Amino acid sequence: MNKTAVIQPPKKTTLRKHFTAALLGNPNCGKTMLFNALTGSNQYVGNWPGVTVEKKIGRLQSNLEGELVDLPGIYSLSTYSIEERVSRDFILNENPDVIINIIDGTNIERNLYLTLQALEIGRPMIIVINMMDEVKKRGDTIFCDKLSGILGVPVIPISAKKGENIALVLKEVEQAAYARPIPPKILYDQSTYDAISRITQILAEEENHHNIPFRFYATKLLEDDSACITLLGLNSDQCFRINRIIEEYERESAFGDRQTMLSDARFCFIEQVVAKSVKRKYQQGEMTLSDKIDRIVTNRWLAYPIFFTILFLMFMLTFQTVGAFLQDVLQTLFDNVLSPLLTSFLLSVNAPDWTQGLLVDGILNGVGTVVSFVPLIALLFFCLSIMEDSGYMARAAFIMDKLFSKLGLSGQSFIPMIMGFGCSVPAIMSARTMPSEKDRRLTILLTPFMSCGAKLPVYGLFAAAFFPEYQGYVIFGMYLIGMVVAVLSGLLLSRITFRGDTMPFVMELPPYRLPSLRGTCRLTWDKAKDFLIRAGTIIFAMSIVLWFLQAFNFHLQMVTDNSQSMLALIGACIAPVFIPLGFGTWQATVSVLSGFVAKEAVVSTMAVLYAGQAGGSNALVAGVQAAFTPASAFAMMVFVLLCAPCMAACATIKREMNSWKWALFTYAYQIGAAYIVSLLVYRICLLLF
Amino acid sequence: MRRKRGLSRQPDSLRDLRPGQSGVVTHLDVNGALKRRFIDMGITPGVRIYVVKEAPLGDPIEINLRGYELSIRKSDAFRIKIMLAKDVDQK
Repeated sequence: MNKTAVIQPPKKTTLRKHFTAALLGNPNCGKTMLFNALTGSNQYVGNWPGVTVEKKIGRLQSNLEGELVDLPGIYSLSTYSIEERVSRDFILNENPDVIINIIDGTNIERNLYLTLQALEIGRPMIIVINMMDEVKKRGDTIFCDKLSGILGVPVIPISAKKGENIALVLKEVEQAAYARPIPPKILYDQSTYDAISRITQILAEEENHHNIPFRFYATKLLEDDSACITLLGLNSDQCFRINRIIEEYERESAFGDRQTMLSDARFCFIEQVVAKSVKRKYQQGEMTLSDKIDRIVTNRWLAYPIFFTILFLMFMLTFQTVGAFLQDVLQTLFDNVLSPLLTSFLLSVNAPDWTQGLLVDGILNGVGTVVSFVPLIALLFFCLSIMEDSGYMARAAFIMDKLFSKLGLSGQSFIPMIMGFGCSVPAIMSARTMPSEKDRRLTILLTPFMSCGAKLPVYGLFAAAFFPEYQGYVIFGMYLIGMVVAVLSGLLLSRITFRGDTMPFVMELPPYRLPSLRGTCRLTWDKAKDFLIRAGTIIFAMSIVLWFLQAFNFHLQMVTDNSQSMLALIGACIAPVFIPLGFGTWQATVSVLSGFVAKEAVVSTMAVLYAGQAGGSNALVAGVQAAFTPASAFAMMVFVLLCAPCMAACATIKREMNSWKWALFTYAYQIGAAYIVSLLVYRICLLLF
Repeated sequence: MRRKRGLSRQPDSLRDLRPGQSGVVTHLDVNGALKRRFIDMGITPGVRIYVVKEAPLGDPIEINLRGYELSIRKSDAFRIKIMLAKDVDQK
């Protein structure tokens, strides 16, 4: 008999001044905007421990010391998905002093489903109805006082976009944080109510269960929530009695199963609530503006052209026009302004050679590498944010889903993968918005197979050297190989590693909304900052290490001849590994290793190692032609294509996976796949040609 | 129950409905976590679902219920058993 309670009583708030609020709500209801409005710029972004779900905490803008935790957008407090588990665990274990439940005023019925569950927990709560501007536009009226009276908590109408009523929210939060929790006033039908009450009584028998939300757990037990059963540590007698109550309950209804009955009870109650507190102008059946737009956007013939046009524009903006311009500006800044400045400064103070190397080639170069990614990230996320907030992203996933379901992914994987053709770093970062952790991890793993822009010079070089008449085909072939490997890997991994808990792909298609410029700029800034701080530090450190390895030999003296450096010797040690692939020389190995810094560096390293002192692209081509054969050139291209991406992307992968185990698995898989495919390519080419 | 050949099959799952048709959910032919997911998204017995359209490649389908729209794969829609609503062409 297990008498010890597994659940601990809630922590007492020690200081009266400091309180914690939790922001809870459905996805797509403007939660992020409200979070930003309530916290201003005092935010911290991380991950919930051990999972790929983003965690945001901010300081409330108010007189009292309050912290706001942004919980992931969820539809229910089940333990079905990682997001739900994270949110539920936070509310039940960390005991926030007040829950701010944000609901979408244009979609009250579904939003209230989560609200009811949160109310049952019994912690002080306020309800914030967002999108009131749209509600007014539709001609509907929500009687917040009535709603407040029925549910027993304050209800505040706001429009986060327009900034209406935010101050009132802060005030209510402060008041609620110090209020006493009140029992929920939800009136289910009699038999449901009885069942819940009786189960609650059984749960309350344990003496050491103080201040634990019995009512909530009772409803969860009624719903057959298995996580609850183990958590509560009930003995077998209690389980037996509870089961009997549930069985009686099931017998009373035509539905006959507990999950359905309880949710039906909830929706019935919600219908009553809405009938009393919401007045609608139009019947729900009529075609909205969103439907009209969708007639075109997801139209059978127009959907794909529209989609690819939008993607094309996004790429043009990021990689060609604005993005390229910004990158050039930054490059000029570093190469032509800062670098000479620093060099001349060091010369003027007669600093030793190695400091010049360290500061200019190591540190400044490192900083330059990191900063060079920022325009890409900013622009891509700007575009993505607009697509997401406007609601178009869901339509894109909708039309691409069929292709991806075969790979064990969903249509939402498409955007990260397509971005991978530009740059893996923002592509991997964008996988964060995907709903299922399994999808997220698999997508992050597969995205680098989409040949990023930085690898293009490598193909260009080898294609020019060995396949001059077929350059276009060869390069296209590389992209194709990347996609094929991604597809095959998806098929393979979704059956082996990422098996199990296949979620039904039920995705909301939110109404089209005009994204707010402020919100979009805010998100863009947040992502860029996030990258600079997280990945930036790692890349920076790595740049210095790599500079060090190539500038010094093992006696720690500076070298002028590259072949004497530590990097070269390390390359020479590793080189034999590549002999079966046809390019087992130390120069080739070092070039591939330099790809770890940045894939562009492969060509520049090869320029140094193969073109020699003469330099120039002709010399490089000649040098390459002398050192490789067509087959080995092809093999090396494939290896560069598939192997683990540059350290910026690797750092991002680690960050997004939030687990060394998964990050290392990803790198290992990619390097392994690169090796195997490259080997096959080389051997087959030798056989055929 | 075997149906006679030649008679058109009555739609009995959400997958059988065509765009423009409505159905009322009778029960969910699935258990555990998948059922939880449907219920949490509002797909419960008694709710009326209107099929808006199919994606260009035929899958998934877009449905409208309780005032909002969801995208759902046909293989999952098959699990949702419905009864054809009397009046079609209305949400």
